[in-house]
Amino acid sequence: MKQKDPRLLVQPAPLLKQRMTAAQAMRDASYALLPVTLAGFWFFGLSALLVLSASIVGAVLTEWFFSPADVRRERLWDGSGILTGLLLGLTLPTTIPLWMAFLGGAVSIGLGKLIWGGLGKNLFNPALVGRAFLSATFPNAMTTWAPLSQPGDFFHVHASNLALPFMHVEYDGISAATPLGLMKFDNESTPWTDLIMGNISGCIGETSGLLLVLGGVYLLLRRDIDWRIPVSILLSVAVFSGVLYATAPGNYPDPLFSVFAGGLLIGALYMATDPVTSPLTPRGAWIFGIGIGLLVVLIRVYGGFPEGVMYAILLMNAATPLIDRYTQPRVFGRGVKSR
Amino acid sequence: MRALSTLFKRSFSHGVHPDEFKERTEGLPTQRMPFVNRYVLPLHQHLGAPSKAVVSSGQRVLRGQMIAEPGGFVSTALHSPVTGWVRDIGPHRHVDGRFVPAIEIEADPYATQRLAVKPALDWKALSMEQLIAEIQQAGIVGLGGAAFPSHVKLSLPEGQRIRHLLINGAECEPYLTNDHRLMVERPDALIRGIQIMREKLGAAEAVIGVELNKPDAIDALHRHILPEQPIRVVSLRVKYPQGAEKMLIKSIFGREVPAGQLPRDLEISVNNVGTVVAVADYFEQGMPLIERVVTVSGPGIAYPANLIVPLGTPVREVLRFCGGLKEETREVILGGPMMGMPLASLDAPILKGSSGILAFTAAETARPKEYPCIRCGRCVEACPYFLNPSRLARLAKARLFDEMKAFNVTECVECGSCTYSCPSGIPIVQLIRTAKDSMRRRQGKEQ
Repeated sequence: MKQKDPRLLVQPAPLLKQRMTAAQAMRDASYALLPVTLAGFWFFGLSALLVLSASIVGAVLTEWFFSPADVRRERLWDGSGILTGLLLGLTLPTTIPLWMAFLGGAVSIGLGKLIWGGLGKNLFNPALVGRAFLSATFPNAMTTWAPLSQPGDFFHVHASNLALPFMHVEYDGISAATPLGLMKFDNESTPWTDLIMGNISGCIGETSGLLLVLGGVYLLLRRDIDWRIPVSILLSVAVFSGVLYATAPGNYPDPLFSVFAGGLLIGALYMATDPVTSPLTPRGAWIFGIGIGLLVVLIRVYGGFPEGVMYAILLMNAATPLIDRYTQPRVFGRGVKSR
Repeated sequence: MRALSTLFKRSFSHGVHPDEFKERTEGLPTQRMPFVNRYVLPLHQHLGAPSKAVVSSGQRVLRGQMIAEPGGFVSTALHSPVTGWVRDIGPHRHVDGRFVPAIEIEADPYATQRLAVKPALDWKALSMEQLIAEIQQAGIVGLGGAAFPSHVKLSLPEGQRIRHLLINGAECEPYLTNDHRLMVERPDALIRGIQIMREKLGAAEAVIGVELNKPDAIDALHRHILPEQPIRVVSLRVKYPQGAEKMLIKSIFGREVPAGQLPRDLEISVNNVGTVVAVADYFEQGMPLIERVVTVSGPGIAYPANLIVPLGTPVREVLRFCGGLKEETREVILGGPMMGMPLASLDAPILKGSSGILAFTAAETARPKEYPCIRCGRCVEACPYFLNPSRLARLAKARLFDEMKAFNVTECVECGSCTYSCPSGIPIVQLIRTAKDSMRRRQGKEQ
């Protein structure tokens, strides 16, 4: 039996590989957000779909435009641009002019990611960079909330959505307040059942607490996100606001309200957990989460805005390299004695 | 049931759990590989100094006759696996494709291939020094893969003693079942070998660590241990790298070997099951280390097997015995899929440390698309030494070797758990390995 040898590869071990890929992790996150996205359409009608599309198109087009031709395909397919656009869109009000949503998506990818060197290199969560930009540039548009769409006007598109770039924006007339706004400015609490089911006004994706948690559990089960981060954020918000509530129940929101109202759930489950911008070490994850929780409560209670999740996460993003540096785990066999 | 008991098994922290792929060979009884006509024995197939040839070209040698003597204390002897003639002492292909000094032996097709008879040794009568000398003469090295000379492990510095003899039957590398079969088929020999080593070392007890995926091996050992023998069998969680010496100690004794120290500093001596059986075979049958059990498996192998292969058998011959490589084979690995060596040529021989021959196809060898690191932390959670592989890989790419040292690269044992776990397809351990090579070369130049 004379057999010719195969042309052997000399590729070093290990040859085995677990099945998870980075692109799959991005897709997982998008799947996890699907129920919330659909609920957004349900609650806010066609406008929500348009706003989300605008921010996703803005993000993906920017990614495409600034990518070298040879890696363009792969960059578009790694799914991170779509995810960023989706996350940004979910944190926008439905009344926002589409060109602003588009611009926000472009800024998220351009200033949030590409300028740092692309995927994996950015210090701040890209979607939140885009949102911070929009909040600073268009404060009015970012705080004009539409009420939930009524049965029958699903296809109603807000006039403000179609405003021309850099022109004066006309709003529909009726506007609604978010639970956090009601709390801050009128000291009026919202029943937590409404918060969980989503029967409230707010950003497209921050209405239904239940669906947000559902998607988060999916990500936790897939081991895509570090459980310590959402757990420490939610617990610390509950604890810090609980302490305030205990001192003067009339003046401060109760802990349950604090956890379910506003952007806390979407921030804690989908944005703070962005692996790129959160600490690598387990102890670091706890510090990071508790820091966010503390900042959220401080900004909400003492700050000028009703909501503080965005700035809390961005601030702790900035602290991440430092946290990582000081929380390196003890190397095996170091600091132990043989006897 | 197994899943449930797994949860409560003690284990080291971190690590990964690759698919085991052991089912194709774990039930196959060990077969003896027939003699072939040509054997190649590199003089340097253990850690330490190379052996020195004591035969000359053309000389007739008997199976089991010493053909090279130890080239120092950290070195060991080499024996002819076959009766025949020395054909050549010179450069031959090694596993990595280089040419290294080796002894080539041509088998005598008419010889009986009976072992050059040496009477069984009364090990009880030997002093520790004599026993150590005998094991060195027998050419016995760690058969788990590292091929560290066993007699060196047994010789203790003044004032040190061994309390626990730890026998490594974890076999955590996927695909490999050679230790598994040895424990199932020769538990008596294993226990007799343990008896010799334990008594000579003066260890109070012997512990055999076996991963839970080998219930028949655990049963067989339990059946053969006499009640009065101080030997425990500890079943371990199925996790890679459970069989790494320091991880095994952590799993069983709950203690970490301090960095830079050896198991013996914790009064523990760790030996692979194959090594212990080799010790028993030497003292009972006078058979030096001239053959070993090798698992031949992987998707590129037509007929997988567990084989007793004479050392020096060219890999090509072993593969031929197993029905040859399948058409789609792309790579052949000597050892396990996580830490084994890729073969550059099928002419390379089976060495003392070769636990398996694995053939892989395009499905396993296709390099995954490499994405940027997304700092997901999976490698950090995989590293059994609690290093930060992602950072080490980044520093390795930038060739920042001093920085790498500051991040404890010296502790890395290159188990490959990081590369296995990386969703971005970054060849982390390969980068670290290459960087360590460069560091060693740079250090060599400075001296």
